[in-house]
Amino acid sequence: MAIKMIRDVIRDTIDDEMARDDRLIMLGEDIVGGNGAPGGPEAIGGIWGTSGGLWAKYGADRVIDTPISESAIIGAAAGAALTGKRAIAEIMFADFIGVCMDQIWNQVAKFRYMFGGKTSCPLVIRMPYGAGFNAAPQHSQVIHQFVTAMPGLKVVMPSTPADAKGLLTQAIRDDDPVIFLEHKALYGVKGEVPDGDYIIPFGHARHVTQGDDITILATGMMVGFAENAAAQLAQDGIGCDILDLRTTSPLDEEAILDSVERTGRLLIVDEAPPRCSFATDLSALVAQKAFASLKAPIDMVTPPHSPVPFARELESAYLPSPDKIVASAVKLMSYRRG
Amino acid sequence: MQLSREALIRAYRQMKTIRLFEERLHDEIALGEIAGFTHLYAGQEACAVGVCEHLGPTDYIISTHRGHGHCIAKGCDVMAMMKEIYGSRDGLCKGKGGSMHIADMNVGMLGANGIVGAGAPIAVGAGITAKSNGTVSIAFSGDGACNQGTTFEAMNMAVVLKLPVIFVFENNHYSEHTGEAYAVGAESMTARSAAFGMKAIKANGIDFFSVYDAMRELIDYCKAGNGPASIELDCERFYGHFEGDPQRYRGPGELDRIREERDCLKTFRTRVTEAKLLEGAELDRVDVEVADLIDRAVGEAKLADRPTPQDVLQDVYISY
Repeated sequence: MAIKMIRDVIRDTIDDEMARDDRLIMLGEDIVGGNGAPGGPEAIGGIWGTSGGLWAKYGADRVIDTPISESAIIGAAAGAALTGKRAIAEIMFADFIGVCMDQIWNQVAKFRYMFGGKTSCPLVIRMPYGAGFNAAPQHSQVIHQFVTAMPGLKVVMPSTPADAKGLLTQAIRDDDPVIFLEHKALYGVKGEVPDGDYIIPFGHARHVTQGDDITILATGMMVGFAENAAAQLAQDGIGCDILDLRTTSPLDEEAILDSVERTGRLLIVDEAPPRCSFATDLSALVAQKAFASLKAPIDMVTPPHSPVPFARELESAYLPSPDKIVASAVKLMSYRRG
Repeated sequence: MQLSREALIRAYRQMKTIRLFEERLHDEIALGEIAGFTHLYAGQEACAVGVCEHLGPTDYIISTHRGHGHCIAKGCDVMAMMKEIYGSRDGLCKGKGGSMHIADMNVGMLGANGIVGAGAPIAVGAGITAKSNGTVSIAFSGDGACNQGTTFEAMNMAVVLKLPVIFVFENNHYSEHTGEAYAVGAESMTARSAAFGMKAIKANGIDFFSVYDAMRELIDYCKAGNGPASIELDCERFYGHFEGDPQRYRGPGELDRIREERDCLKTFRTRVTEAKLLEGAELDRVDVEVADLIDRAVGEAKLADRPTPQDVLQDVYISY
């Protein structure tokens, strides 16, 4: 075990996998940085520090610095993956998915299906995402709600350094296309990381805390908020069963339903606005399949139906928080049927 | 460039196969035998065949919504293509793709594509593989796709990464129902390609030999490590944008004129028989053989197994 920050886990895992498989290539904007400039190349190593040293180690044919051309980045990664390479594409901010949505949605997600199962596209699209940096409406968003709705894609949202390693290793070795979402606020989070080969299969939630009163479902930065809230609630004798879902597609339905059947209460914490979202999807799942177990209405702690605002006060008001989770949990515990 | 008799007959057979495939589809669609949207390639055969006769299975092409010709020229099985267009589970894509999504990785055909302009970025990625294999990657696009930002991104990235990608623009003068004279803002598509920093030439898309010779030059250029290139092929579309298109945008007598004066198959036949490279009777025999192939393809496709509701969920993922 080593103690590492998530940003270093991401970089080291890519390094390990590039060393292991020489078919693997990586593309993105400024993943090398400084090309064509007096101070370069390798002036940056990725703006999130997730590809430092890889260009020097593996060369420009495998660590490919690209122009600012998101459609061409995804298309090029996809074309390489269709023809025998394995590829990692970095989209610098998940918000930029709008620029390359056709390549993700109409191309990558559908190749295998529309070509009759006779091809594979082993491609990982890494996208830093999320709010908390006063980065304003176009650099703060979550996008898991869109990509989870797209058949053909797998969607991964690690929240710990160990999970980042196990899930990224699985993503890179997976033969299906994977959207790998890295919360910007979690890059600096430190934790123990297993040494050597470490793989976490998709579709298995992590049981974060055990409790009998409320099931809390969360992903990414919301997991830590839920843990913080659960610690406060425990002082009042309220036991929270927190599941970090880790992958939104595939989804660990069994773990969700098992927990709700035990606790009878469901609180979903999601960083996406509340309409047609991952939270509403989970809510529908439980309403359809575990209705008889529910002792209280399902509750969701999410941002409002608004863009992510810039000013500190506004962004704080926008985001879910441990206090908002506590308030929701107290409301659920005090619910009495008509 | 002097081609052998075998090579000439093969090129003619490929072009004729495309022509009869498309003419037969036109008839079958009119009879209501085929579902969905179909975009016919007839008229542009010299483009697909003039390009693909240089390519092997590890050279890559990516195509457009008007993709049947590229598929046939690159070596996709005609029987399996016809079954796909009829929606059979024995089709090349098991009835999941249909006319607009025919692909066969085994012959380096990365797919027809329903999104105009989506192919060029993917061809850049195939160019990354081609660079390491010593092959080339071809992006077929039309005068419509040449205006998409995705195409511009792909052209620039291919230049930046110095990849062996050839952007083949088949200029049939119509982006769907709108004229090239309106939709292409540049005075010349070729000049616009050159402005991206790549070698850019133009050839006569109704003359197989013009396309073939120009492509030899470009493929050699790209394989020598010079980066990407572009070619504009001046050609004609004999049918509408899609089957059912009333083509009100055509001028009076336009279709009759282009079919009479700008038919690449007629041009080829005249050229090779006048130069005494082939006998007319040899070409007639090919015509008969191809007509028989298309008859059999349609006959088999009509009788082929249909998919079942259980097939809907097959092949969404490799594992899930």
